[in-house]
Parts: sequence; C-alpha cells; structure tokens
Amino acid sequence: MSLLEIKNLHVKVGDREILKGINLAIGAGEVHSIMGPNGSGKSTLAQVLARRETYDVTGGEVIFNGKDLLAMKAEDAACEGLFLAFQYPVEIPGISNAYFMRSALNAIRKYRGQDEMDAMDFLPRMREKLKLLDMDEKLMNRSVNEAFSGGEKKRNEILQMAVLEPKLAVLDETDSGLDIDALRIVADGVNAMRSPERAMLVVTHYQRLLNYIIPDRVHVLVDGRIVRSGGPELALELEDQGYASREAGPNGIVST
Amino acid sequence: MVIVELQGRIGSKRVATASEALENYAESFSGLEKSASSREPSWLRKLRQEGFARFGETGFPTLRDEDWRFTNISTIAKTPFRLARNGHGLPTQKDIERYRVAGACCQLVFVDGLFAAGLSSLGKLPRGVKAGSLADAIAHEPGAVEKHLGKYLNIQRDAFCALNTAFIEDGGYVHIEKNVVAEEPIHLLFISVARDVPTMNHPRNLIVAEENSQATILEDYVSLGDPTEGARALSNTATEIVAGDHAVVSHYMIEREDVRAFNISTLRIQQGRGADTASHSLLLGGALVRNNVHPVLAGEGGECLINGLFIGGGRQHLDNYMLVEHASPHCGSRQFYNGILDGQAHGVFHGRIIVHKDAQKTDAKQTNRNLLLSDNAQIDTKPQLEIYADDVKCTHGATIGQMDENALFYLRSRGINESSARRLLLEAFAGECLDRMKDGPARTHVEGLIHGHLLEVAKSLRGSVARGPQGQGRRNLEEAG
Repeated sequence: MSLLEIKNLHVKVGDREILKGINLAIGAGEVHSIMGPNGSGKSTLAQVLARRETYDVTGGEVIFNGKDLLAMKAEDAACEGLFLAFQYPVEIPGISNAYFMRSALNAIRKYRGQDEMDAMDFLPRMREKLKLLDMDEKLMNRSVNEAFSGGEKKRNEILQMAVLEPKLAVLDETDSGLDIDALRIVADGVNAMRSPERAMLVVTHYQRLLNYIIPDRVHVLVDGRIVRSGGPELALELEDQGYASREAGPNGIVST
Repeated sequence: MVIVELQGRIGSKRVATASEALENYAESFSGLEKSASSREPSWLRKLRQEGFARFGETGFPTLRDEDWRFTNISTIAKTPFRLARNGHGLPTQKDIERYRVAGACCQLVFVDGLFAAGLSSLGKLPRGVKAGSLADAIAHEPGAVEKHLGKYLNIQRDAFCALNTAFIEDGGYVHIEKNVVAEEPIHLLFISVARDVPTMNHPRNLIVAEENSQATILEDYVSLGDPTEGARALSNTATEIVAGDHAVVSHYMIEREDVRAFNISTLRIQQGRGADTASHSLLLGGALVRNNVHPVLAGEGGECLINGLFIGGGRQHLDNYMLVEHASPHCGSRQFYNGILDGQAHGVFHGRIIVHKDAQKTDAKQTNRNLLLSDNAQIDTKPQLEIYADDVKCTHGATIGQMDENALFYLRSRGINESSARRLLLEAFAGECLDRMKDGPARTHVEGLIHGHLLEVAKSLRGSVARGPQGQGRRNLEEAG
C-alpha cells in the first residue's frame, strides 16, 4: 500500500479551479518530483497536503498512511508525520528558533504518547542536525527566520525536517534562490534523510536540484493536471526542451 | 521642525452632567475633613482644600476635552461613590497570599486606600530605605513629606488629580537615601474590597529617591470579593516620584482589578540631572481604565523609558495617556506601548511629547503597536508632538494589525495546535515589552501574570478569528505633529 495516495483531487481558490483532478501514489522509501511551470498548481498541491485552510477542496481524496488526510487539521497532519518545507519560510519575531523547534517536536511527541523533551535532552539532538546542515548554532537563539538570509531560511526548513523526522516530506521549491554551494548542502541534508520508511515529494521548477536529489519518479504538472510521468531522465528532457515544447512535442501531450 | 498644537481646553466651560454626584463628593470631602486628626499639619488641609476647590471648578472631563476625547467617563461621573471604610473587617493573610511577589524586599498592603499594617510585611529593608504608610510619614516626619507632596502633580490640568489631592489620606511612602541602592523591589499592594454600595478610594503615593540612589517600586491593584450588582469600585490613584540627580528608579503599574472596576491612575515623575527612570505599565483588568504617565525631564542628561502592555477583552476600555515633558537639554525619552484587544474592547494610546524651548538635543521616540483579535475590537492611537526647541530628534510610529495567519499556519504545520500557536504569537508580541524590563523579581512577577493571562486569551480565541485577510476591527490613527 502507498504511503500517500492522491485520487482525483480537485481544488479551488475562490472561483478558480487550480487542481483539476490529480492522481498520484507514493510508496514508503520513494522520492517523487513534481515539476511544472509557474502557476501550474505545484505550490497549491503542497499547501493542500499540509492542510492550509484557505484552499477549497472540491473533490477527490487523499489517503496518508491509511488515514483520510483531508479530514485532518494542519497540526494533526504534522503529528501524523507530514512535513512541508515552505517555499517562503515565515518570519516570527519574538520566538526563538530553538524554542520553536522544541515546541514542535514536543507537540508531535505528545501526540504520539512519547515523553516531552527538555532543553537539556534537546540540545545534543539539535547540535547533531546543525552540523549536518553546516549551520551556525547562533541561529538557534535568534527569532524564527527573522533576518535570516535566503539560504539560511531554506536550510532552517531542512533542519526542522531533520529534527521532526517525518514519514513524508514535501519540499516546495526548496532550491529557489539558492546558490550552488547552498544547494549542495541542502541536498546533502535531504539525502541523509532518505530511508526505506520515509517518502519525499520534491516540488521544483528547475531540474538542477534533481541532479543532487535523484528522484525515483518525475511527474509533470501543467495547468492543474499531471500530464506526464516518468523516471529521472524525464527531468533532463524537460531541462532540454522546456515545458512549452511539450505543447507541440513529439509525445502528443498537449497541455490545456 | 517646529510643531505646535495649542491645547486651550483646560478650565473651559463644562456641562454639569452630574451635579448630584458632585454634591456627593462634597459630602465625602467634609466628612473627611471632620474626621481628620486635629494634629494634622495645616499645609495638608490646605492642599486638600485646593484640590477640592479645583475639582469643584472643573467637574469631570467630557469627550469634548482633547485629552479625554476617546474615553467617556460619564458612568464614573454619574455614580454616587462613597469613601470606602474598613467597617466590614479586613481581608485575611490567606486572602492575599496569592498576591505576594517572590523576591520583594517588603510588601505594603493597602485596603481601600488605607494602610493595613497587620497584612503588610516590612521584612528586610536595607539601611537607608524607608517604606511605609504616607499617613504615618505625615504624622512622624511632616517636613520631609511637605517638601514634595503635591509639588509635582498638576491639579490644574486633571480633574482626577484634583480629586485625588482633595482626598489625600494615605498611600505608600518610600524614601531612599542618597547613594543607597535598594536592590529588591518594594511592593505596594492595593486591594479594593467588594461592597454593597459603590465605593471609591484615592491612594496617594510619594516616592523620593535621593541623589545617586536606586530603587524599584511595584504598584499592584487587585480586587477582592464579588460586588453587589451596581456596587462598582473606583480606584483613583496618584503617585509622585522624585528621582534626584543620577538616581535610577523603575516603577511598575499593574492593573488587574475586577473587570467591573474603574481605575484612574496618574504617575508623575520629576527627574533630576542624569536621572534614569523607567515606567512599566501592565493593564489587564478593570472595566474602564485610564493610565496617565507624566514624566518631566527637568535636569540635563536624563533618560526616561515608558513601556507598557495593555490586554483587553469583553467590553474593557483601556486608555493609555502619556505626557512626556522635555524641559532640559540632552535628555532622552522612549515610549513603547503594545496593545492586544479582543471582543469589543477599546484601547487608546495617546502619546503627547512636549519639548520645551531650552530642551535642545532632545531625543524622543514613540512607538505604539496593536494587535486586534476580533472584528469588534477598537483602537485609537494618537501621537501628539509639540516642539518648541529647534535642535531635536523626535520620531513616532504606530501599527495596527491582526494575528499573522501565515505565522499561525507555519506553527501549526509543525504540529503545534491552534490554541498553543496563538498563545506563542501573543507571547512573542507581549515579549517585546518584557524585554525592556530589567531582569529581576519585578519582571518575573509581570512575566507570570502575562503568561497566565494570555493562556486564557488564547483558549477563548480558538477558531473565533475570521479566516483570511479581512477583519473589520476599527483602527483609528491620528496625527498631530
């Protein structure tokens, strides 16, 4: 059975239909990538999976780890093991990064019936993950994402993922705005988290990230529909020909 | 930059909305005069009489007074308050146990404005520090009191100050000798006891910190018991702080009375050369609260921090009025007020800064930030700068917003439930005010109060805030300057 199964998902924002029947299944241990041009619905899909309430799900279902994901609130989805690395991580003045992450970890542990971690237990765990992402420990005492550079924000997302150890991680354009060194560090962090129990959905506009995080499957999302799926080689093909080329492409796939 | 707004309302004609109530005050006043000890010094009688005469001339302010245009006090004006007397027996030690402040060097307890020696603990006052009742000080060292009492508070411009002065009887008296440092806070606890008729009390505090001394004073207003319907209490308090040259004084005002109570307070700070003062206000309780903070930077090189947090819900009305007077060169003042308003609460921030002609090189800063949690909460924020010197730096800013839905979703997406996420964001907002307080028992006390209060606010908010970017809470920004 798949860890995540999306069946005929339709989503609206206001009067506009953004997702027009998405079907996707991801098994434990697999890494899938969703590629697509701007405005195709990639981020909407990521946000709906993380249970943002501003989107109106008008049809379909999503089963996550055997449970109805669409019936969950954002915090319950997180506690069930879903993690979204934000495209635009949010700055929260006045809450330290360390306090935030410990609160999150403890909320999840509590949900699962585990003991909460105090600052003393949390610190070593934190340090180990910081090292993995080549991050300065000082960032932990600063307010969440406040005055972080673009690269620091993205690394901070992956750091949270490493601390929370989700079953399914959705990475929403984690590569955007990263220089090549930062991209490698982030990719190494993600790769270190790959395991037979964990699945990942990597949402990206560009193929470059997929040189470092090699996906098992690539799906092309255009105008709210998955128009094509294939192996990692599909990403390279897209890089060569662009999304537009498919409209008159040899494969007969026409985006509408 | 020269900006002038003339204030010509003081002493202008007022509508006699409450002549019956005025008669009632006259009765209370003559009662107090008769009962006062015959050994009382004549200057005190004179001070009271001046206060009452001034109150008789002006009556209560109305919405037509510029300084009161956001706060309607007609309910207070119409209520026939009586002076509260301890005929019903004092609260017990057990009643006030929960109001103790850990780490305070002493706790003076006042019941309905009068010192309760039996409930107070004068524990371990350092050498050179006096803390006790004003009535005792008037009886035993009248000269020291006369030197300062009523010398700074302006009864001409404020009817409530005039009324407080008319009813001077008791309150806290603190004296710190030259060069003495009182490290632990001095806690003044004011208890308003529920009655079956409307009662008023007029605590009057005098804090004198002599040259190069240091002290922290905590004024704490609480209610005990459940008043009979309609028997609401009015605390009309006034505090004069004299910060001598190079003195360092921190003052905390905590209003956590019953949500039916009225509380009008005025803090008047007189600063000497190089004095460094801080006023921290925390308004949580009360139905109608007006907190006046009025520092005068009278000596060169003085610094003043005016820091506040007000958290209102239900139908609470919390009015913060500041008048910062720069009267000497090279002084700095910083005002920071954060407001959190829910339900139909109405908050006011009115920050007036006057830079007098000789106060060159003034550096005055004012910031008011507000969070409206419901569609019906309201905030009026008004900076008012009056600058008569030509080489000064004055800045002001105000923001009004709602809880950040993006931040809320971010926290929830990490497993933190909605109510906890709201509490975290509220605490972060309130934390800005905490960060401006020096570490120590006073701050720890305030932190605990804020934490407990926000826990309740966050619980009651669960799912009640409209989704999406809209939200219709009223926000009024005004500028004079």
